[in-house]
Formats: sequence, C-alpha cells, structure tokens
Amino acid sequence: MSPSPEKRHDDTCPAFAVHTNRKRSITTPVAGWLLPIGLHCKGAAAALAAVVAVAVGAAACGSAGASDQVTVLAAVSLAGPFTELADEYPGDDEIALSFGASSALVEQLRAGARADVLATADTHTMSRAADAGLVTGDPLVFARNALVLAVPRGNPGGVSGLADLSRDDLRIALCEPQVPCGAAAERMLAMAGVDARPDTLEADARDTAGKLALGEVDAALIYRTDVTSAMETVEVPPDVEVVTEYLIAVVAGAPNPSGAEEFVAAVTGEAGRRVLLEAGFGTP
Amino acid sequence: MTRRSAESRVPAIFVVPAGLGLAILLLPLAGLVARAPWTRLGEILASDGVLTALRLSLVTASVATVICLVCGIPLAWILARSRFRGRSLLRGLVTVPLVLPPVIGGIALLVAFGRGGIVGQWLETATGTTLPFTTAAVVLAQTFVAMPFLVIAVEGALRGSDRRYEDVAATLGASSWTIFRRVTLPAVAPGVLAGAVLCWARALGEFGATITFAGSFPGVTRTLPIEAYTAIGAGDAETAIVLSLVMITVAVAVLAALRDRWVVRG
Repeated sequence: MSPSPEKRHDDTCPAFAVHTNRKRSITTPVAGWLLPIGLHCKGAAAALAAVVAVAVGAAACGSAGASDQVTVLAAVSLAGPFTELADEYPGDDEIALSFGASSALVEQLRAGARADVLATADTHTMSRAADAGLVTGDPLVFARNALVLAVPRGNPGGVSGLADLSRDDLRIALCEPQVPCGAAAERMLAMAGVDARPDTLEADARDTAGKLALGEVDAALIYRTDVTSAMETVEVPPDVEVVTEYLIAVVAGAPNPSGAEEFVAAVTGEAGRRVLLEAGFGTP
Repeated sequence: MTRRSAESRVPAIFVVPAGLGLAILLLPLAGLVARAPWTRLGEILASDGVLTALRLSLVTASVATVICLVCGIPLAWILARSRFRGRSLLRGLVTVPLVLPPVIGGIALLVAFGRGGIVGQWLETATGTTLPFTTAAVVLAQTFVAMPFLVIAVEGALRGSDRRYEDVAATLGASSWTIFRRVTLPAVAPGVLAGAVLCWARALGEFGATITFAGSFPGVTRTLPIEAYTAIGAGDAETAIVLSLVMITVAVAVLAALRDRWVVRG
C-alpha cells in the first residue's frame, strides 16, 4: 500500500473530470489535490469502469486518448485568461484545466497526479516542483501580477492605507502564508512594517477575493487581476509594491509532452500574451 | 436469526462486487495508515497548529452538541407526539441539512447571518458585531449540519417508547413537563445519547459550511478538518495525514460507543 508516489496513479482513470466541451474540461477545485488524475475517460460507462479501476488498481483506459489532450494545472488567479485561451485554442489538442493554489498543485503532482503542464503564481512554488524533479526543462516566466489593497465598493470600513490592516475593528482577509498570494502579502506587510490582524487566512487567491466580493470583509490583499466591479482599490506607497511572477513548465513524465510544449508555446506566444494583457496581467 | 442457512447460501455472483465494495471502503483508510509518518507522529501531534485546532474542534463540537440537545429534543418531541397540519413537511425541512452539500449550507448561513444577510444586518445594527469569522460562526455551522442527526435519533426513540407509562403518570396528576422530565426522558435516554454522539461526531467533522461561513484562522475558526485541508494546500502532506488519522480514530471510537445500537453484531 505504499507505492512510489510518481507511479501510483499510472494506468488508472478516475472519473473526476467533467468534460464541458470539446476544447476544455474543468475539474472541481475543492478536493483538488487528488482530482486531476488521468482525464482520458469519456462517457458514463468509462466513468463507472474508472471507479472500478481505482478500486482494484487495474488499467481501465486505453492510451489512445492520451495524444489529444493536454492537462494543465494552473494557479487559480490564471482561471480567467487560461479558460479563454483553452476556448479558442489554436491547436488540435483538448485542454483540460484544473485550478488550485500553486502550493496545492505541486502537492498534487507529488502525489502522482497525471498532468502535462504546471503554471504557478510564484517562483518559490515552481522551484519546489523543480527541486522535487516534478517538472522538466527550465520554467519560463510568462506573466506578472501585482498585489493590491482592495476593499468592497464604497469602502465601508473607511480603509485609507495598509496601516488600517492592523485595526481590530475591521474584518480582514489574507491568503494563507504558504500559498503564493499569502507569501506576497507577508512580503508587502513586512516592507510596510504593518502588523496585520487578519480574521481569516484563505486557502487560495480566489477564496480571498470571494470573501471581499461578498462584502464579508472590509479589506483584503489580493491580485490586481482579481479586482472586480464589486471592489475598489486603495493606493499603497510604490516602495512596498509587490510584483509576482508566473512560471510555466512541462511536467516530468507528461502523458502528452508534445501537446504540453505546444500549450506552453501558446501561453508564452501571441495568443497567451493577448488574453493575459486583457485580463490585466503584465507580460515579459 | 437464520445465520447458518444464510451463510451457506452466498450467491457466487456476490463475491466480486462485495469484495470491490469493501476495497473501495477500506483501501483509502489502509492507504492513510500505510503513508502515516509513524516516527514523527508524536512531534506532529504536539505541534502548536495541531493542538490549537484540536482544542478548538473539541470545544466547538461540544458546544454545538449542547445547543442541538437543548433545541433538538423539544423539536423531536413535537415531531413525534403532537398532531398538526404540516408536520411531515416540518420533518422534511428539519432533515434538509442532512442531504444538503455542506458548502451550500455555508453559503445559506452567509446569506442569512453574514453582513448583508437578513438576520446579519439586523444583528450588526443591534449589537455592532458580525458573526462570520468568529468562533460562534463555527458553532452555528456545526449546529446547522448536526442537529438533524439528533432530531432523527430522538424522534425515533420517542416513537418507539411505550406511551402507557406517560398515560399512567398523567392520570396520577403529573404535569406534562413533569411527565417529560421523569418518565419520557429516562425512557428515551439511550436514543438521546446515541443521537448526541452522532451529532458530536458530525460537528467535529464539519468542514464545508465552516470554511465558507466562518473562514479559517488559527485558534478562532480553523478546526481539525480545515487544518488538514490547509496543510495539504500548503504542501504539508504529513500533517494532513496525521490529522486524518486523528479524525478516523474519533470515528472508530464513535462506532465502538454505538456498536450495540447501530452495528448489528453477528
């Protein structure tokens, strides 16, 4: 019962992926760390067979489907542009997207998730993946983002700057320090010398932005690209600005390495640059 | 019991699906035990994050169980003993949280008790405080998901109890409160206890409604299951596995405590 983690899910094909259309399929993010495992089954019968396959550890899926699908694990903050890119993907491959906190995605790979491409929201998580031999080649920087101090529209808490994050009377959301948005928040607060008093440390960037969008918190440090019409931003001094870099790499042992290379080329190329710029990211 | 004849007649066609079913149920648990970092177990269990989460979980689940008892027993009595129009509808409504995905429960709680919520707005103007992101929100979320377990267990016990003792007490002049306290409650005590244990276990395991409604902050709202989820998200699989073992131990202890009531022994 303790197989080598990298091999554990080979040849099994759990029924977790939900195919939404030809070009794109999305897996449920909540139980994300064990989901995007072998996304090559099609139809209910295959799904049923897959459950059985997991139970007995037998092979239930042929490898025929492996050549026409690219499974991408990406940071949640990339959900917008990557979904758009997958929808209008120029190549022949079907793009299966699974989003999560970058640190959680690395853990999924470590646990043996079958995927072709990894895109993280910071250098630190990508180096962890590289150090563990989970990706091949040199990871490429393909986008930049910035952390902003955001408040619900109308600024009900009267937040005027980073120093307000230490106010006890405000409800404040930050990301968990181990995930990239939380690490970036820690850096910004340290540079500003602010001892923040968060009320919740959310599991990923999207959860943090969600609490703000609902108006349940007065302030949060989120990515510039996650700011919606339900929010506004409060200026922070330029000397404490935190810029984050997104990296992309092909997963070691990817079932579809050529498709993976093609997708990475699309992200770093013209099509990727366009959707990223539209979504408010900076590109190299 | 017809054990002997039943045993000798297991249809051959059952063996494979039954074995598969067993494998689906038990392999994940075996996997946890196999992957557990046994040598570092004590160290991880004694870490600040784990102890804080454990303490918070034990306290909130116990408080939630008390609230479930105080509100759930009267609710169960009304469902079991009184007659009024819409009683079966009421019973259906009480059990909705049983089948509702907990995350949806959390969204519902947020919409009702959050800042912009119907009750939450009123609460903020009246008291100046809001519920989300507080320990009280954790207890509320746990109560929401766990109370149906208690109500169903107690209602079942009430329906199964012999009402003649209550009738005798009534003819002897006891008030309805006295009858409940001195006759009914002692008679259904085992059912109440079983319901309370199930209710406590469900509250202890609550995750979806809590993380949605109460958020996640160490010592305030980060309970054991949320600590496990945070650990796996942060790439700390060892802590997540140890926390899972703690929860499994609790689950097995609950089953052992209830074995006479819920598990038929062959």
